[in-house]
Amino acid sequence: MAVVKFEQAMARLEAIVGELEKSDLPLDESLRIFEEGIRLSKNCLKILEEAEHKVEVLVQDKNGKKRIHAYSSDDKADESSS
Amino acid sequence: MFTVSELTGLLRTSIEEQFSDIYLEGELSNLRIPGSGHIYCTLKDKTSQIRAVLFRSAAVRLRFALQEGMQVIVRGRLTVYEPRGEYQIVLDTVEPKGIGALQLAFEQLKERLAAEGLFDQDRKKSIPAFPRTVGVVTSLTGAAIRDILAVLRRRWPTIHILIAPVQVQGGSAGRQIAEALADLNDWGSVDVIIVGRGGGSLEDLWSFNEEIVVRAIAASHVPVVSAVGHEIDVTLADFVADLRAPTPSAAAEAVVPVLAEVVERLRELTVRTGQVMLRHCAFERQRLDAGIRGVTDVRFRLQQAAQQTDDMVDRLRETVQQLLTSGRERVHEARRDLSGLNPMLAIKQGLATVPQFSKRLEGQMGVMLAQHRHRIHATLAQLNTLSPLAVLGRGYSILQTLPAGQILHRTNDVEVGQELEAQLASGRLNCTVTQVFNDSSV
Repeated sequence: MAVVKFEQAMARLEAIVGELEKSDLPLDESLRIFEEGIRLSKNCLKILEEAEHKVEVLVQDKNGKKRIHAYSSDDKADESSS
Repeated sequence: MFTVSELTGLLRTSIEEQFSDIYLEGELSNLRIPGSGHIYCTLKDKTSQIRAVLFRSAAVRLRFALQEGMQVIVRGRLTVYEPRGEYQIVLDTVEPKGIGALQLAFEQLKERLAAEGLFDQDRKKSIPAFPRTVGVVTSLTGAAIRDILAVLRRRWPTIHILIAPVQVQGGSAGRQIAEALADLNDWGSVDVIIVGRGGGSLEDLWSFNEEIVVRAIAASHVPVVSAVGHEIDVTLADFVADLRAPTPSAAAEAVVPVLAEVVERLRELTVRTGQVMLRHCAFERQRLDAGIRGVTDVRFRLQQAAQQTDDMVDRLRETVQQLLTSGRERVHEARRDLSGLNPMLAIKQGLATVPQFSKRLEGQMGVMLAQHRHRIHATLAQLNTLSPLAVLGRGYSILQTLPAGQILHRTNDVEVGQELEAQLASGRLNCTVTQVFNDSSV
């Protein structure tokens, strides 16, 4: 799930910055993880910016099947009463 | 005169009239619950007891479990069970003495579920840090949903929210809540669920104490945050949930971080990454420059050294030349000295004296030779006189055997007829032995 990937990406990014700031890596190793870090931060930013806001309601129709429809503030009568 | 039945019947009527609706306090004992669903027991105190029955129709309304020894307050009516001639109380309601039925039920259920391990800390799942979709189980009316939506939207404007609407109190609420939880689990893309409602009385919140709700939360593979009532209200749903929030707003806060903060953190990390890399590169660049300088330095020193070497070679050459020149001179000197010491000179000088010595030597030699000759002659003469040949001159002869040549000394050495050679002073004779005479005087 995208959830876990984002969390992992953020954690990895934090780890990379930590490692770079410790500054005991040889230059080519630093460059490698620097590139990885930049890639990760770009991806994370993309994920954060592309999600769209949606509020939906899960209801059961007459046949017992579940479907969703958009929520609006006057959605008061749609409670399952079976 | 009465029959037993008549009497019993009269008693029954009398008792039923007199005690048609009473409250009784006592201790439950001899509890029996046969398969029929009716509950039989005895209510007693220190000195008396009375039989009691709770018929099934009333028993199902019990909100807690009857236990042996429990102190109870009951409401019911007295009657006589004619077949056995026993009076008994038919119970209508039973309440635990001291605490309310609801409370007792709550305690009993809580104990039972805890014993199953449903409330254990290590069962609890962790709440994901960055959910994409938040599921909400609550009523569409009321403050709870408004608060939850408001807080979620404020913190993470692009969050996806999926609401499973339910009744949050009343008879069917428990079942609806359980179903909603199952539906959100089945939907698949829900990352975390908030289940809850706004504040209310213990009775209002009671659905969140129902066993079916607790089991549904326990069975959810999506993490569940409970938010029931106010801070002080604690329901069994709160015990079993993966996280308990004191209010619906608090639940929304717990479930989602602030997008702006995360973006800021991300930007900060990116900037720091860039900065630290620049520092690294600058540092390495410095090292490189120092290295290059070092190399140039070496080159310069090498050139210097080369020049010094040339210098030294020149000086060496000069020194060698000097040495050679002075050496040559000394050789010349030595040669001169040497020729002065030439042995040929000495030899020549010596040779010059040689003829002189030679003459003297000759002279001397002549003298010595003459002397020697003289002596030799003398010796010879002497020798001659001693020589057997001289003897021969006086008339003697030497006899020798033939062919052997042996000189004859004795007559034993010869035989008659042997040939001999006689040597005389002048010449020789061949002789033959004709006779041998042994001279016994010899």
